[in-house]
Amino acid sequence: MCLAIPGRITAIEQEEAVIDYGGTTRRASIRLLPDAAVGDTVLVHAGFVIQKLDPESGAELEALLKEIESL
Amino acid sequence: MNSIEVLSRKIESLADGLPPTTIMEVCGTHTHAIRRYGVRQLLPKQVRLVSGPGCPVCVTAQEDVARALALARLPNVTLFCFGDMMRVPCGTASLSSLRADGADVRICVSPMDAFEFAREHPLREVVWFGVGFETTTPHTAALIEAGIRSGVKNLSILCAHKTMPNALRALLGGETRVDALLCPGHVAAITGADAFAFLPEEYGISAAISGFEPEELLLAIFALLKMQASGTPKLVNAYPRVVNPAGNPAARSLVETYFEPCDALWRGLGEISSSGLSLRPAFAKWDAGARFSMEPVAAVPASGCRCGDVLRGRIEPNECALFGQACTPEQPLGACMVSSEGACAAYYQYEGAGI
Ligand code: SF4
Repeated sequence: MCLAIPGRITAIEQEEAVIDYGGTTRRASIRLLPDAAVGDTVLVHAGFVIQKLDPESGAELEALLKEIESL
Repeated sequence: MNSIEVLSRKIESLADGLPPTTIMEVCGTHTHAIRRYGVRQLLPKQVRLVSGPGCPVCVTAQEDVARALALARLPNVTLFCFGDMMRVPCGTASLSSLRADGADVRICVSPMDAFEFAREHPLREVVWFGVGFETTTPHTAALIEAGIRSGVKNLSILCAHKTMPNALRALLGGETRVDALLCPGHVAAITGADAFAFLPEEYGISAAISGFEPEELLLAIFALLKMQASGTPKLVNAYPRVVNPAGNPAARSLVETYFEPCDALWRGLGEISSSGLSLRPAFAKWDAGARFSMEPVAAVPASGCRCGDVLRGRIEPNECALFGQACTPEQPLGACMVSSEGACAAYYQYEGAGI
């Protein structure tokens, strides 16, 4: 039930964002992430945007693996 | 992202020098993903993955399901719930069977659907059956906020929301023996990674927050094994593209506004102190329990169902005598067989019935 799906915000109207999931668009509330902006890649769970995805994650993962190796 | 083979090989060579290690996942979406991608088959024999109480449908107490059924039976009530709750059996009935008999039970994707419906149908009493962990509770809080702002009078909440930390404490303080925990990524997206720091600090257990792709799961498992090998249990956030230390402040403060901790009943685990959420007294009129003055209900779980043992990681689903025989996804006896995120259903779907 905690499944969340990533999508890109293409428009924001009041407390609702239009989210593009690679071609399909749906609306979701941004009440839980009020500073969400057009262009953000976000996670959507049960009709609400719940978190922003970090665009730097590729580089971060390398660092993470290094960190894990040294644990 | 590193390929699955690279990570599997790292895990393999690391596990060589390790004693048997049991890792528990406590998120239904992890349970499902682990079965679906065959993550177990990628791990060396001495690493055992077990499912804990991570599927919200599975841990919802029979008493709460019985209360939902009682509400759905009232002629003026429209009950909204997530689709997964529909087929949870309670005695001989379920929300789904009540709907077939004419009750107004509706499945929604977002709790806000209940709000829209309540506004459009002022003569119906609309009840939202709120089930789920930290990932989902903010949605119910947002629903109450929308209700208050708009002044709707015909909306209330049947609240069965639960919180993870004290349930984990109860589990780890009991007979469940696990060496390391795979922590739920989307719960942590809301609570923040720090909410799981108590695992190494209080219990000396390695913990890693994981995403849901096979590579992400393997990365988190690798981190756990690495800590086992070096004997230094810590918390590793292996899902940094989504999870930060403090979580989602707007969601957390919304929950804080409307809810307070309460003792909660967990299916198969019993009552766990401060592991649930109830509406704060100031918002009691949004509580369906108060609004409809329901009798307390005692519900008898299906006899022979071993959900409790499955949820504690004591047995594999196929060790339940009913698994695949009397209990299948088409005819579920226990909640663990209902939701696709339940340990029994995920096992049945991907490993088959006969094993
Ligand atoms: S197989 Fe069915 S009866 Fe057995 S523990 Fe799982 S849900 Fe319960």
